[in-house]
Amino acid sequence: MREVDRLTVRTLEPDPRSAALLDSARLLGFDDLAAIDVADVYFVAGALDEQVRSQLGDVLVDPLLQLGSWGDPSADGSDDGTVIEAALLPGVTDSVAATVIEVAATLGLTVDDAATGRRYVVRTSTGRALDESERERLATRLLSNAVIERVALGTIEPAFAHASTPAPVEHVEVRGLDDTALAALNRERGMALDPAELRVIADWFELAGRAPTDVELETLAQTWSEHCAHKTFRARVVLPDGSERPSLLARLREATERIDAPFVRSAFVGNAGIVSFWPGTTIAVKAETHNHPSAIEPFGGANTGVGGVIRDVMGAAHHPIATTDVLCFGPSDLAHEFLPPGVIHPQLVREGVVAGVADYGNKIGLPTVAGAVLYDPGYTANPLVFCGCIGVGLDVPPPAGPYPGDLVVVLGGRTGRDGLRGATFSSATMDATTGDVAGASVQIGDPITEKLLIDLLRDAGGCWSAITDCGAGGLSSAIGEMAEQTGADVDLALAPLKYPGLSPWEIWLSEAQERMVVAVPPASLPELARHARRHGVELTVLGTFTGDGVLRVRHGDVLVLELATDFLHDGRPQRSMPAELPSPRRNGAVPACPDPAAALLSLLAHPNIASKEAIIRRYDHEIRGTTVVRPLVGAGNDAPADGVVLAEPSGKVGIAIGHGVNPWYGVADPERMAHAVVDEALRNVVAVGADPAQVAIMDNFSWGDPRRPSTFGELVVTVDAICESSIAHGAPFVSGKDSLNNEYLGSDGERHSVPPTLVITAVAHVPDADLVVTPDLKAVGDELVLIGATSTEFGGSHLGAVLGGFDDPRDGTVPGPDARAPERYRRLHQAILTGRIRACHDLSEGGLAVALAEMAIGGRLGVDAPSLPHEDEVVALFAESTGRFVVELAPGDHEWLAESLGESVLVLGTVTATSVVRIGSCSVSLEAAMAAFGADGATWQPADATGGAR
Amino acid sequence: MSRPRALVLQAPGTNRDHDAVFALELAGADARIASLLDLADDDSPLLDAQLLVVAGGFSHADALGAGRMFALSLEHRFGDRVRAFVAAGKPVIGICNGFQTLVRAGLLPGALGHNASGGFQCEWVTLEPQQSVCVWTQDIESIDCPIAHGEGRYVHPDVAALEAAGQVALRYRRNPNGSASDIAGVCDPTGIVLGLMPHPENHVIARQHPHHVRGAGGGLGLQLFQRGVERAGAV
Repeated sequence: MREVDRLTVRTLEPDPRSAALLDSARLLGFDDLAAIDVADVYFVAGALDEQVRSQLGDVLVDPLLQLGSWGDPSADGSDDGTVIEAALLPGVTDSVAATVIEVAATLGLTVDDAATGRRYVVRTSTGRALDESERERLATRLLSNAVIERVALGTIEPAFAHASTPAPVEHVEVRGLDDTALAALNRERGMALDPAELRVIADWFELAGRAPTDVELETLAQTWSEHCAHKTFRARVVLPDGSERPSLLARLREATERIDAPFVRSAFVGNAGIVSFWPGTTIAVKAETHNHPSAIEPFGGANTGVGGVIRDVMGAAHHPIATTDVLCFGPSDLAHEFLPPGVIHPQLVREGVVAGVADYGNKIGLPTVAGAVLYDPGYTANPLVFCGCIGVGLDVPPPAGPYPGDLVVVLGGRTGRDGLRGATFSSATMDATTGDVAGASVQIGDPITEKLLIDLLRDAGGCWSAITDCGAGGLSSAIGEMAEQTGADVDLALAPLKYPGLSPWEIWLSEAQERMVVAVPPASLPELARHARRHGVELTVLGTFTGDGVLRVRHGDVLVLELATDFLHDGRPQRSMPAELPSPRRNGAVPACPDPAAALLSLLAHPNIASKEAIIRRYDHEIRGTTVVRPLVGAGNDAPADGVVLAEPSGKVGIAIGHGVNPWYGVADPERMAHAVVDEALRNVVAVGADPAQVAIMDNFSWGDPRRPSTFGELVVTVDAICESSIAHGAPFVSGKDSLNNEYLGSDGERHSVPPTLVITAVAHVPDADLVVTPDLKAVGDELVLIGATSTEFGGSHLGAVLGGFDDPRDGTVPGPDARAPERYRRLHQAILTGRIRACHDLSEGGLAVALAEMAIGGRLGVDAPSLPHEDEVVALFAESTGRFVVELAPGDHEWLAESLGESVLVLGTVTATSVVRIGSCSVSLEAAMAAFGADGATWQPADATGGAR
Repeated sequence: MSRPRALVLQAPGTNRDHDAVFALELAGADARIASLLDLADDDSPLLDAQLLVVAGGFSHADALGAGRMFALSLEHRFGDRVRAFVAAGKPVIGICNGFQTLVRAGLLPGALGHNASGGFQCEWVTLEPQQSVCVWTQDIESIDCPIAHGEGRYVHPDVAALEAAGQVALRYRRNPNGSASDIAGVCDPTGIVLGLMPHPENHVIARQHPHHVRGAGGGLGLQLFQRGVERAGAV
């Protein structure tokens, strides 16, 4: 037993974590808690004398802010309540502990190891002690996460990662097994393969005359996983009449090829899509999901989701410049008795996910700019986390290796047991025990290590012939993919480990974060090594790209994997999947709306429409100084922007980013949803000043289990529709990703799927970043003009949601595509370039009324709009027809606008100084609208507050 | 006249170093970035520099408290050279994490605790330069720029004494984080070393202002860098 000292550090002022924990405890049904005090605990192993303690204490405790005490934490009598302590499981990334060791080294002190923990002291308002089940619930559901932490009721003993003996390579017999036996093996090893795939694997080894190793089976399971192989999107589609059609992926590629946009450099291959909007620069775009990990460990899941998508852009040889996030959660106010077993409360999921996104983005130094936050009960057990990243590069031919003889080099973090089997895990259904069994599938990110990698890659361009990131599947996936054309021979015993004792399959499959693999010509190695040393990045040569088309993996002297790369990558049998196409109703139902003003306020207060400021302000959206249109805009900096615009301060041009997403349409009519969502993403970038002729889009699908023909059918019509929409707008897909099986097997035996969730991200060229437009109203007396047509379209509408909805969520008609939209957007863009459009806002959830209210909030001005676009006022106010904008113009400019657009427009009314938003007979005060929306009015005013009309 | 040489210092996790370089170049300096690792190999960039910026970010991921490890490394490896730099009258500025670092290295007074809100905040603020000995803030009317921090609540046991010594250099017009006496930036007794939590380097051209699209502006953070560069050129 080694000597371990502990230092407990409390803040002098109330710790901000305490108040947040108390709020969260109430959600879990703890109503009588008075306080949850938090302290940080440092464990230091080694023989520490008084002087060492004192020197360490001087660094670890700031006397103006904190109080530290060595030894028994209860000695100062501060634990007159229930004590619960938590500490990370051994092997989980603990950068704070690593820093403690670094402090000791800097001070010249000898310590053997360090670990960290947290101490909670829980007090009830009555002074009663918590009973055992309450302590247990608080400890496991709020104060710790069993996926990464241990918890103790009382004082915890630290755990350090110990060396274990690596398990030797195992040979697993598959030859001669029948389908039942193969299925049993599949379950036992958690491989998530289907019978046809297992059969092909068994036959291959039969022919090879040997049993596979565990390394080989794990490699095949992960390379052929839904997550990595996109089996559904590559499957032949079988229609109800028995006819077959090409895969969904083929359909998407065909649309992009048909558009043949000159700005597309690379689509659907490699780590990210690549476009070029102006000479000399390319832009890499990528969006990913990290749903399953975020469900069981929200902070770590979202954290590594951001880190992963940034590495995708680095893996496309681009320098990251911004990140985006679209988040879908269950209702924050869900009563705890309705929480399914094993599921984390939606509010705690949100807290963790937002903190995870903020932590990674803020620390790595990228602005987190565009995004959306959606709430629906369908996301309670399966929250969705879409992370995006944009990067820039020089418009030169990308490195075309690897070439035989190039070295296999891994850069960055060390390998541990982190995230094993993440790819197969994310391809399976969740249930109440998922959190327990999936522990090893979640990791914690280390954004600083990835930041150093970014800097290294920026400085060392030209040192490698190929690059990719280590994502799902770790080295197996990265090296396996790079070696597809050449083959490779690597020795896992050379890989730097976080702690000794990993088995070969663990090293090969580990999803330890912050690693990149590069192919390096031997002559370039010294230069790369020099850069790596300068940036403090670890570099290791694992082997060579060979040229014989065979992937060989050794562990020292033992050959642990030998597979032909063509079998690994092309050996998987193509699936045929039956599709049952949905038949949407598309009827004329209109929600009964007796009080439009009340409905408007309810819409503004609806979580999907209300201000997201509390989340947005936790992300640094200013770093790099490039953010020109921010996610929050207007006189009070609290109104939502349509898209965001980034522009280098030294340049004229910019990049706009916009999103479209609407799962409620998806429930009612997936085909129309698809059209609407592409249109929304386009509107969002056009509204801020982007050129609709230069837009690239990405598609991200999060759906239920596609082996159900009705679910697959939803995907089929969705893909068809986004392709039509993409072609109509001339906006090609350049990258996409699907996350399927977002289902939860409830204790009721029922499968609960997420609503069909398609996120479209538009990335567009802004020719002049000085001519951007925002939705906030600018000047009293200006005209408010509606562009586009309004129809009776209430399927999946938010008016329906706030009024209690239709009896059947499939009633109503989901807004359909407007054939005039592409032409309208091109002409509107030309009008924006004249500088005469003073404000522009796209119409989406909540229709015209919500859009005008948001514009009024943004300008802190009133609206008087007596002219309506439809004789039925409810339709005029709240229908969500696509293709529409409201713009603000100088008085009399509407004729110019109609002429510019080549179609008639409707003058709704004017901007007023009255602090009232009046639309037809619907009238609400600006104050009430702001209160409902959650714009609190306590805002920053610039030093020169003379803003207004230009 | 040649452009003053500015050095932007970074540690692992520093991330507004390039923003600082852009601001310095615009203000008339020749700026370069060096990490502590670089300086350990060759400290001539520090010896040659006429102006030093300790840039913002999350050095060492804020482990053990913002700026703690950066400060310890700075003090242990280069403490003497930095003190000599200050003694020579060459201007030093610590921005955000750089401010936290200079405070923890003992070059500036006080401490920076967690924001009163409990979390990271990103929003714009207006800074009002105070009557002070600070060389960086003289003759500036006001500055608009963003904050982006979680540990920016300024704490000092005797603000009145600090004020009397002319060391309160910048105040927030509207206090975003619970800082004592609305303090956004303080300087050392000589006025050569300034530390501030907000990011003037992110408002150096008019287009960066959130209300630029509304026809408002002014209050460039660039002014601060111009004062520093002027001073560096005069030493």
